[in-house]
Amino acid sequence: MIEFKNVVKRYSDDVCGANQLTVKIEQGEFVYIVGQSGAGKSTFIELMYREEKATSGHIKINNYVLENIADKDVPYLRRELGIIFQDYKLLPRLTVFENIAYAMYVIETEPEEVEKRVTELLDMVGLADKRDNFPDELSGGEQQRVSIARAIANKPKIVIADEPTGNLDPATSDDIMNILEEINAEGTTIVMATHNNQIVDEYKHRVLEIAGGKIVRDEEGGIYTNEQADL
Amino acid sequence: MNKQTFKRHLVDSLTSLRRNTWMSVAAVGAVTVTLLLVGFLLSVLMNVNKVASDIENNVQVRVIIDRGTKEKGIKQIKKSLEKIDGVESIKFSSRKQELHNVVGVYGSEFKLISGDQNPLYDVYVVDAKNPDKTIEVAKKAKKIKNVYDAKYGGTSAKKLFKLASSIQHWGIFISVLLLFVAVFLIENTIKITIMSRQNEIEIMRLVGATNSYIRWPFILEGAWTGLLGTIIPIFLTDFGYNIVYRVMSNSLKGSGYQLVAPHVLLFQIDLLLIVIGIGIGALGAGVSMRRFLKI
Repeated sequence: MIEFKNVVKRYSDDVCGANQLTVKIEQGEFVYIVGQSGAGKSTFIELMYREEKATSGHIKINNYVLENIADKDVPYLRRELGIIFQDYKLLPRLTVFENIAYAMYVIETEPEEVEKRVTELLDMVGLADKRDNFPDELSGGEQQRVSIARAIANKPKIVIADEPTGNLDPATSDDIMNILEEINAEGTTIVMATHNNQIVDEYKHRVLEIAGGKIVRDEEGGIYTNEQADL
Repeated sequence: MNKQTFKRHLVDSLTSLRRNTWMSVAAVGAVTVTLLLVGFLLSVLMNVNKVASDIENNVQVRVIIDRGTKEKGIKQIKKSLEKIDGVESIKFSSRKQELHNVVGVYGSEFKLISGDQNPLYDVYVVDAKNPDKTIEVAKKAKKIKNVYDAKYGGTSAKKLFKLASSIQHWGIFISVLLLFVAVFLIENTIKITIMSRQNEIEIMRLVGATNSYIRWPFILEGAWTGLLGTIIPIFLTDFGYNIVYRVMSNSLKGSGYQLVAPHVLLFQIDLLLIVIGIGIGALGAGVSMRRFLKI
């Protein structure tokens, strides 16, 4: 469960990333965050995994109340989330297997369990034959699939995806969306910031549109923009 | 931290060292150069210390007997010497023996002055009970009949001691300075390797690694870097010192002074280099990590 109540994030007197932002996302939902560049999508995402601290307001992620969370507990919050980035953020000197396993070793999972789970995930994202390759030996789509596998390695309740298809062609984007749909079907909440209107329009889910740091549209099964509806 | 996690950190640190080949080579190189200087300076300093303390602890007084003194007179001197408070032992060394010593130290050219041409004196070598008594024993011995002179190293020892003590002070100063340079150099090299991996640290944080989980492999990697950096300095110091010791031992034969034996000195220096290498490597990594681990 994700809850934002009157959240304000001020970077300076003039720059405000979140302005009285209030929203609630229930467990198991698939939500798109849309909006123009600079609207506050990234701020919203970064506030969720406490990369940014809110200036005021209340944020609750599962059982963590972020305005009260100590810096030393932030890693534990992040272990409850799976995060996927536009630029994949894979560890360059670790192999595909090691990249996924890293997230599991961090929480001190037994090596046998790691081996079993990572093998299972590699099958799921279709990269079983690339387990010993390094990230720079993979295509963008393959790297993003590794990043997804890493994000869900510890079976988080929430997956946050920041423009996961931003660097990918339409066919690869479809592959990624299918994997995310599959993860969502198992009960995982997906919050996905995106600029990809085709995806939003094709894979219909709740759409939250942000502008000026505020939610200006909250529509179940919505499309990328309201322009079509306005016409 | 459980055993399993520590084992993982150990493996990760070695893997990372291997996969960041060029950065590792650069860091190990910096450590090597610095520790080579530290090793050299330490060997010099330890020997200066040894000679200084040899001089300080010198209890020997050489009682020179007037030329032409009869055997009875020489025996009388011994009796008088035995009466002096603070005398530990008395040993007679004839002119011939004295010349033999000189030949041993300065070479066979001095054999030319053997026989009647020998300009040296018969000598009693007196050991005082402790260094404080040396001067007193010498003074009293000088007053004995048929004694030409009584030397305890005299002014030359004083001069040498002054020199040794100034080398000692400067040596300590330079060592401390060099140690700072070593810390600075090693830490900076490791800092650069860590800075080049800032993104990795960022990613580790994002997947929920705690600061200590991120820090440990880097600290261990720093320690490995330090340890690898000690190999060449240890080898060169050991090899070089053994040669210097052999050469210098011949020159110092009979002088009463000696360099520190290789097995004593090298064990201490090698151990110190390893401790410095590992310590500064690990510490440098730990300190460099701090600013990348702020949440």
